[in-house]
Amino acid sequence: MSFLELNNVHKGFGPANARTEVLRDIELRIEEGEFVAIVGYSGAGKTTLISLVAGLIRPDMGKVKLKGVEITEPGPDRGVVFQNYSLLPWLTVFENIQLAVDQVFPKWSEEQKRAHIDKYIATVNLTPAREKKPSELSGGMRQRVSVARALATEPQILLLDEPLGALDALTRATLQDEIVRIWEQDKRTVVMITNDVDEGIMMADRIVPLSAGPNATLGPSVAVNIPRPRDRKAINHDPEYKEVRRQVIGYLLGEGGKQRTAVSRKLILPDLLPEDLSEPRTLYGTKRKPRRRSETKREQVEVEA
Amino acid sequence: MHWFHRFKLDSFLYPLLGIGLCLLLWYGVAGKSTVTQTKDDWGDTVTITKRHGLSADLPTPAETWEASRSYVLEPFAKRGELDQGILRFTWLSLVLVAQGYALALLLGVPVGFCLGLSKTFAKMFDPIFQVLRPVSPLAWLPLGMVLFLSAKVEMPGGTAYTASELAAIFTIAICSMWPTVLNTAVGVRAIPQDYLNVAKVLKLSRTKTLFKVLLPATLPYMFTGFRLSLGIAWLVIVAAEMLTGRPGVGGFLWQQYNALSYAHIILCILTIGIVGFILDRMMSLVEARFKTA
Repeated sequence: MSFLELNNVHKGFGPANARTEVLRDIELRIEEGEFVAIVGYSGAGKTTLISLVAGLIRPDMGKVKLKGVEITEPGPDRGVVFQNYSLLPWLTVFENIQLAVDQVFPKWSEEQKRAHIDKYIATVNLTPAREKKPSELSGGMRQRVSVARALATEPQILLLDEPLGALDALTRATLQDEIVRIWEQDKRTVVMITNDVDEGIMMADRIVPLSAGPNATLGPSVAVNIPRPRDRKAINHDPEYKEVRRQVIGYLLGEGGKQRTAVSRKLILPDLLPEDLSEPRTLYGTKRKPRRRSETKREQVEVEA
Repeated sequence: MHWFHRFKLDSFLYPLLGIGLCLLLWYGVAGKSTVTQTKDDWGDTVTITKRHGLSADLPTPAETWEASRSYVLEPFAKRGELDQGILRFTWLSLVLVAQGYALALLLGVPVGFCLGLSKTFAKMFDPIFQVLRPVSPLAWLPLGMVLFLSAKVEMPGGTAYTASELAAIFTIAICSMWPTVLNTAVGVRAIPQDYLNVAKVLKLSRTKTLFKVLLPATLPYMFTGFRLSLGIAWLVIVAAEMLTGRPGVGGFLWQQYNALSYAHIILCILTIGIVGFILDRMMSLVEARFKTA
């Protein structure tokens, strides 16, 4: 039994007559302490995937299990760092984290809580900004608060949804190193979503590509056996790096990059029933209309684009 | 013109110029009196005052001032029930408005939250609110009178409300609560999904989600509603006081109309306008404080 398991997970959105299948047949196994990066196209359903693990949405089919227990609702045992930080703008950095800590450790004394919060603010190097509101912070700083909030609840697994997507390249690199440094302190299980292959290779133990959507599915995972700490400058010449990159990009541009366009067509079959003569004629004409045994039938056609 | 802009005189002089022009127009329209003295058949002097002009009975600005002097210069004097200084009247009106307005907020905010949170509640009551919303205070007041006809509420402080007071408070509350209701509902619906996700992931309880997430996130919208509601509450006061005959700016206005003293009507209009303006300014200052959130 793996730490986190996704078995045959399917998820689609929309009403039955105009349904888009976002994820299909997702199989993923993650071991405890592993740092896994899921790399894929934007719009492929990466956020949907992480929402499934977070429990914010339920799969249409299949099961998501954490330590063998099926995930049915969100909970603080899974710390989520959202793409757009999701800090409450009327609370300071400290209060934002306090909200989470109060909720998860209600029995702690005030002293204990304050020390705990301050520890995590220090971990993300934000002690000087402790009493600031999110609007007074830069994008990178806000994301650090978000990371600190997720970490402060001491979750079993940390879910990062494109945590660095909205940041500029330089801030991104610094924060990548910082997240890896924090992760190395207690080797918590991390699932990170990203659209940057290099980011995945820099940070993760294993990269799982997600094919283009709709109907996205996970490709073969690629282990990153580059020793840590990984040197940003030297890594470009590492043959392992080149190999991992080749494999991931190869999948994403090749097999996984093919747009599987699923078209839902309404098929109207000629199954007319005899006219019902008992139906009376009215002043407005007749109500008798051709009726069909099954008004519509559906068929799923997959077209290679 | 350098000095003109430097001392920000334009923001001060132009409004003055506007006021001056309006006074001039007023003077032009207003009636002027000519006083002629004649001797009648018995040899007594008789003074005849004749009004003429576009609107013969409308007093000129100067006449208005002359007639309102005692009310403005002794703003807190009390000479009789319906003969008091203008600020004393304003105070009486404000007290009544405050009660109705407080009731409107106490009712409006929870109703707005229900409207924003529950689709079923919205479907049930939104049509009713839309129908009640445009009803004039003049229409609500008689209903209030009927409702509280035999009611007499004794407050613990020793103050008792009469039927007409209760009717006035009811009218102010029911007329002014709609902007608060609707703005709160809009605010609740506009809460970003992200904030709700945070609440879900942390498994905040319902009450905690309400007070820690929903309420603060809605606050800016709510204050916009509060400001609009206050404007309406002040608008309603005149109608309420006119019909109930309570002492206050509106009651005074109505009494002076019956007494044909038109200058005092103008005084009341100006007072109502200025007080309304000040209230609105004050509320928008409070509103601006919450906008940053």
